[in-house]
Amino acid sequence: MSGGAPDGGLSPGAATGAARACGSCLARTWLIARLAGSIEIARHQKRRLREILALAEEELLAGLGGARAVAIADEFEHLDIDALREAVARSGLEAACRHDPAYPARLRDLDDAPAALFVAGGLGRLQELAGADLEQGARAVAIVGTRRASADGVEVARALGRGLAAAGVTVVSGMALGVDSAAHAGALESSGRTVAVLAGGADVPYPPSKARLHSLIAARGCVVGELPPGFVAMRWCFPARNRIIAALAHMTIVVEAARRSGSLITAEIAIDIGREVGAVPGPVTAWRSAGTNALLRDGATVIRDAADALDVAVGVDRHEAAVLHLEPRLRALLGAVADGRDTLAALARVPAEVAPTLAALTELELLGHLRRAAGGRYVVIPT
Amino acid sequence: MLARVTTFTIDGLEPRRVTVEIDVRAGLPNFTIVGLGDRAVREARERVRAAILNSGFEFPLKRLTVNLAPASLRKAGPGFDLAIACAILAAGGHVPADALERYAVFGELGLGGEIRPCRGALAVAEGAAQAGLDGLVVPLQRVLEAGLVEGLDVLGASRLAQVADILRGGERPPPPDRDETVLALSGRHLDLADVRGHTDVVEALTIAAAGAHNLLLSGPPGVGKTMLARRLPSILPPLSRAEAVEVTRIHSVAGQHRGAGLVAERPFRAPHHMISASGLVGGGAVPVPGEASLAHHGVLFLDELSEFPRPALEALRQPLEDGRVAIVRGQRTAIFPTRFLLVAATNPCPCGYAPSPRCRCRDGDLARHARRLSGPLLDRIDLLVHVQRPDAERLAQEPTASSETERARVTAARERQLERLDGTGVTCNAHMEARMLRRHVRVPEDVERPLLDAYRRGDLSARGRDRTLRLARTLADLAASDEVQREHVVAALGYRHEMSAGVGVAA
Repeated sequence: MSGGAPDGGLSPGAATGAARACGSCLARTWLIARLAGSIEIARHQKRRLREILALAEEELLAGLGGARAVAIADEFEHLDIDALREAVARSGLEAACRHDPAYPARLRDLDDAPAALFVAGGLGRLQELAGADLEQGARAVAIVGTRRASADGVEVARALGRGLAAAGVTVVSGMALGVDSAAHAGALESSGRTVAVLAGGADVPYPPSKARLHSLIAARGCVVGELPPGFVAMRWCFPARNRIIAALAHMTIVVEAARRSGSLITAEIAIDIGREVGAVPGPVTAWRSAGTNALLRDGATVIRDAADALDVAVGVDRHEAAVLHLEPRLRALLGAVADGRDTLAALARVPAEVAPTLAALTELELLGHLRRAAGGRYVVIPT
Repeated sequence: MLARVTTFTIDGLEPRRVTVEIDVRAGLPNFTIVGLGDRAVREARERVRAAILNSGFEFPLKRLTVNLAPASLRKAGPGFDLAIACAILAAGGHVPADALERYAVFGELGLGGEIRPCRGALAVAEGAAQAGLDGLVVPLQRVLEAGLVEGLDVLGASRLAQVADILRGGERPPPPDRDETVLALSGRHLDLADVRGHTDVVEALTIAAAGAHNLLLSGPPGVGKTMLARRLPSILPPLSRAEAVEVTRIHSVAGQHRGAGLVAERPFRAPHHMISASGLVGGGAVPVPGEASLAHHGVLFLDELSEFPRPALEALRQPLEDGRVAIVRGQRTAIFPTRFLLVAATNPCPCGYAPSPRCRCRDGDLARHARRLSGPLLDRIDLLVHVQRPDAERLAQEPTASSETERARVTAARERQLERLDGTGVTCNAHMEARMLRRHVRVPEDVERPLLDAYRRGDLSARGRDRTLRLARTLADLAASDEVQREHVVAALGYRHEMSAGVGVAA
């Protein structure tokens, strides 16, 4: 984001924003970015990423600096913190380090919690969406899955995002193609409560094709990243990003995932730090559902729709009421769609019924009870 | 020695008078044709020479210069052969020159002296009538077509010798029968009564026919999109005579007129998706009408819409909006009418199986597919219909409609429109201009509310809003309602593509 965040963005005087983050945390962030290439190599040498990220600065320098260790250590000693702050301010982002009240306390459940988060969309909003610790802050659910999602998977992710955000739950995901971006798009369609966690700098839309989604999320939700502005993600940054997604949310839902998928890493971390894990079941023959079905077999909660997720994330049965005020004709139609007669063809038996049925379906759509999905099917929006 | 014969050439769809002048003088035998002719005109020399000799006349062994005036007008095709031959015969004294003064001559010659039919006879006959000539000589096969023009003495001839004979005062062929063609319903062999299930699609076809609204059918392969689209002409009202003449002229000029007289049925054109932009809307060095004009007053069916080259689809925008297309070549502009009803069909994704799990398309494929269909073209389509695979139970049921019942509803709705639009020159809702729309379709604000909301949200363009209102008017006409009611507006909105994630998946 080059244009700066809209409302709730840079506050006057810049006393908040970048200047608020403390020097040592910014310096650590700089060091991680400086050593990013070495971390990538260390991963190839079978060193565990999360152990690396949990190391103290001196250990990082000693362990990864290699031949350049002394030079980098020298640079690190004489780092110009003000220049770093300036760079953050220039990018339009704000920074919350782990000593900041806006820093989501729930990230502290990670041994390798990031030193600072860079935020597009405003620290105030981040605090509102994911601020306090698990007991007090807003409820949050992560929705993750394969980039090569099926049309059904995209639709499910979108409906989950929409339903959860409508119920006041923050939708956390990684803005990747497929499931991730569908979840964000769904959340934007209702209340807009969504946080995107990027692997690189929060000001760099990744993947680039999602630049528009990036700016929409920054305008209505938050985009965050642990690496400094402008940083272009390396491979290790993606699994590292997944730990932030898992820690920010009370529950991680995997919509579609192949057997060896990054989404399963997110689920694994969630289990490690004691979060709930849910998965959307799929056909046993579909490669896209192999990972999620395996999670279910291992005891993950079955998630069919937003209501299932709300039962876990918020508590059982906080969601019925809204359809009661509908006129009976529309309520009956909504019931028919929910029962699986979800196309105009299935609902209208004779020609005279077609236009009135379409009119009623569209009324329900305008009222926000239905949404048209791919192929002309109607989907009930959970309330 | 000089002789003159009148003929016509086609410029776009307009006949232009051409005078064939011939100058014969002593000198080395030579035969040249000047006057901006194309290759077919230059090759006329060989055909004319052989035809004259094989008809038993002498070919003057002199210096012949033929000029096609006006020399600035580009001329194409073999239609000048007969006129050139007649001019040579007149110059040689084989036929009296004054016999040709009040007649125009039009036709292609074969080497043996036979006269072959060629394109645009109706337009030529109209030109001859407008020019105030008494009559026209045309190839025998084109007599009925040229005879559609009132008050013109149309002589049909099959051989050059026969023309010479008539001009010398010989026996005239009997005057052609009046064209007895009865304007018929088209698609007579394809009836909606053959359709099982698909009640919603049949209804959409009826709505499209009732107001001439453009329609997009989306659905997996083999589900019956083409089958349904081909039945649309069977519920359209028959052509009026004026419309039929217009259609005949276009088809004749394009060389697509197979019959003898009037084109009696509404055209149904289904070009393949490999078609070029100029093939679709018209073009060429000497512009000829494209498929969009051949579908004038009928149906243009584009199967596999997303497979059409992008330039071709872009080129359809003006014809769709204005009902005509202007092809500019040099200083000349040819205008072809294109009032067709667009029916397009597409798969929901490149592999055809979205949203079922069988779909193997990737995000990029879907995005490309959606991009092809998106934007300006889709904005001009009023009805988006998802064609579903009917379940087994529906397939076993009796059909819910037939072409006859639906045609009756269409006719009733069209009559309401004609009555309302009387005197405006427009015959159906979809063809109303924006200003006409405001005058003839007044809706209270609370009824228009859903449209205004959709417009404010940015879901609907200003054009989309107008088009939705036209569709709502048609829905009200089908329901025999004088007022457009909220349910009509809402249903019309439900048919718009903006409301649907159905064409391609966007996230």
